[in-house]
Amino acid sequence: MLKIEAVIQPAKLDAVKEALIEAGIEGITILEARGHGRQKGHTEFYRGREYTIDLLPKIKLEIVVGDALKEKAVQAILGAARTGHIGDGKIFISRVDEAIRIRNDERGETAI
Amino acid sequence: MHCYRGIKLFLVSAMLGLPAMAFAVAPALGPSPPATQAQIAALQQAVRDAQTAGDNAWVLISAALVLLMTAPGLTLFYGGLVRRKNILGTMMQSFAMMGLITVLWALVGYSLAFGAGNGIIGGFEHAFLRGVSLAPNPNYGGTIPEQTFMIYQLMFAIITPALITGAFAERVKFSSMAVFLSLWSLVVYCPLAHMIWGVGGILNVTGGYWPVFDFAGGTVVHISSGVSALVCALYLGKRAGYPQQDMPPHAMVLSFIGAAMLWVGWFGFNAGSALSAGPLATSAFINTQFAAAAGAIGWVVAEWIQNGKPTALGAISGAVAGLATITQASGFVQPMSALLIGLIAGVVCSFMVFKVKKFFGYDDSLDAFGVHGIGGTMGALLTGLLASGAINAAYGKDAAGHPVATGAIDGNWHQVLNQAVGVGIGWALAIVGTLVLLFLVDKTMGLRVSAADEAAGLDLSQHGEEGYDLNS
Repeated sequence: MLKIEAVIQPAKLDAVKEALIEAGIEGITILEARGHGRQKGHTEFYRGREYTIDLLPKIKLEIVVGDALKEKAVQAILGAARTGHIGDGKIFISRVDEAIRIRNDERGETAI
Repeated sequence: MHCYRGIKLFLVSAMLGLPAMAFAVAPALGPSPPATQAQIAALQQAVRDAQTAGDNAWVLISAALVLLMTAPGLTLFYGGLVRRKNILGTMMQSFAMMGLITVLWALVGYSLAFGAGNGIIGGFEHAFLRGVSLAPNPNYGGTIPEQTFMIYQLMFAIITPALITGAFAERVKFSSMAVFLSLWSLVVYCPLAHMIWGVGGILNVTGGYWPVFDFAGGTVVHISSGVSALVCALYLGKRAGYPQQDMPPHAMVLSFIGAAMLWVGWFGFNAGSALSAGPLATSAFINTQFAAAAGAIGWVVAEWIQNGKPTALGAISGAVAGLATITQASGFVQPMSALLIGLIAGVVCSFMVFKVKKFFGYDDSLDAFGVHGIGGTMGALLTGLLASGAINAAYGKDAAGHPVATGAIDGNWHQVLNQAVGVGIGWALAIVGTLVLLFLVDKTMGLRVSAADEAAGLDLSQHGEEGYDLNS
């Protein structure tokens, strides 16, 4: 089992969600986040004063999939979230030891 | 403020009375008997009542419009500009004035501002509103009930200290703020209002040593509050973390709505100051609109050139600057002068806020001085330059029926000097009065919240509430 975490542009959330459902991924968790990578924020002006806003609003999504679905899920996110500009976000993948469904104590991939 | 209206009313009613007499004595027109003195008097009274109804309606509406400027106007404008943790504290500072100053005004404030007294301050004869009746007072808008005048003037007394709160936003104790601004109203506002608008005041247009044209309070409201705001900002010191830490406005939408309400309310502020519904009110109304528009354009163009973007905050700040600056001139100048005054206000006030504040490094958090202090001062002097007897024959008319020269544009350069004296007295009273009161309150109660309370925000530390509960 793998956990796929992706930080994406808030405006791309709907497209990514649809692409993941099409790829057969049923569970998804969304977090409203703030952050920056190489993009390093932007500047705003209020009454002539310059403010550097370096933490920008982002969406972080988490999905857990069986190993077989990895490439399908990654392609779904890449296809839906990419604009080609700086600030498109990142995908991180890590291994998950166990998944447990709270309702009935199912374990492993069937619990996802 | 415009006692000659009373005379005009008498003339109008006499003129309307004459055709009625002619009608009555014409024999061909039926059997009606000649009008008696009593009938003529009744007719004159009916005409007077009709004018009172019209004028009173406009001034009462204007009073409500001026109250709307304090809340929701100013509370939203200022509330959006502070950080999220201080919105309720900031709104409460203005709203508290609606409570406190109203009570003070009823007890002694009105009497100190508009009682007879001496050239500097009114007396106590109208304390508890004794003798302030529903009949018109020829000195104060001779066609409206004096109680209308009293309640209309109260709204000005409320918004003036509320404007000051922009200077010490986010760091003052609520209790000390309430005591300081209540005392300020009696020690600074009432005397200044009396000197300029009160009968016998040394700066009164009719009979003062230095007759100052202040139609709606450029000196009484904006210089007094703006200059006091600067003194407060200097005395209290900067907010913790200013200017290293970023403190951008937390809700520009709220500020936008608030500023738009200020613009609308300002029609009551300026046009209502005619104290009648006649052409003078129209003149002030138009000038108000023109100066606000030109002020917004002036500020936005100035910052567009300087910073590369026309901002929403610039547009609304420029409009407020134009409005503050036209206030004094609104019932004295021609419409084209109002456009010019607004444009100058937008450009100069933006320069004050962008450059001068940064240069000196004081923390006038919401720019009460840069907009109201500077706008009011410029407005006072520009009124001396641009006042036109054709709009307002403040000095009466000569034998040929032409208005006596009022401003420099008419040839009366002396008026600029009068206006400068008004500015000087306004600044001096604001500086001295504010310093003394700040010192007294600081030594007895302490002005600033503790560092921990400042970090937690005024909403929690002063009021035990939060403006936004994002979890409920």
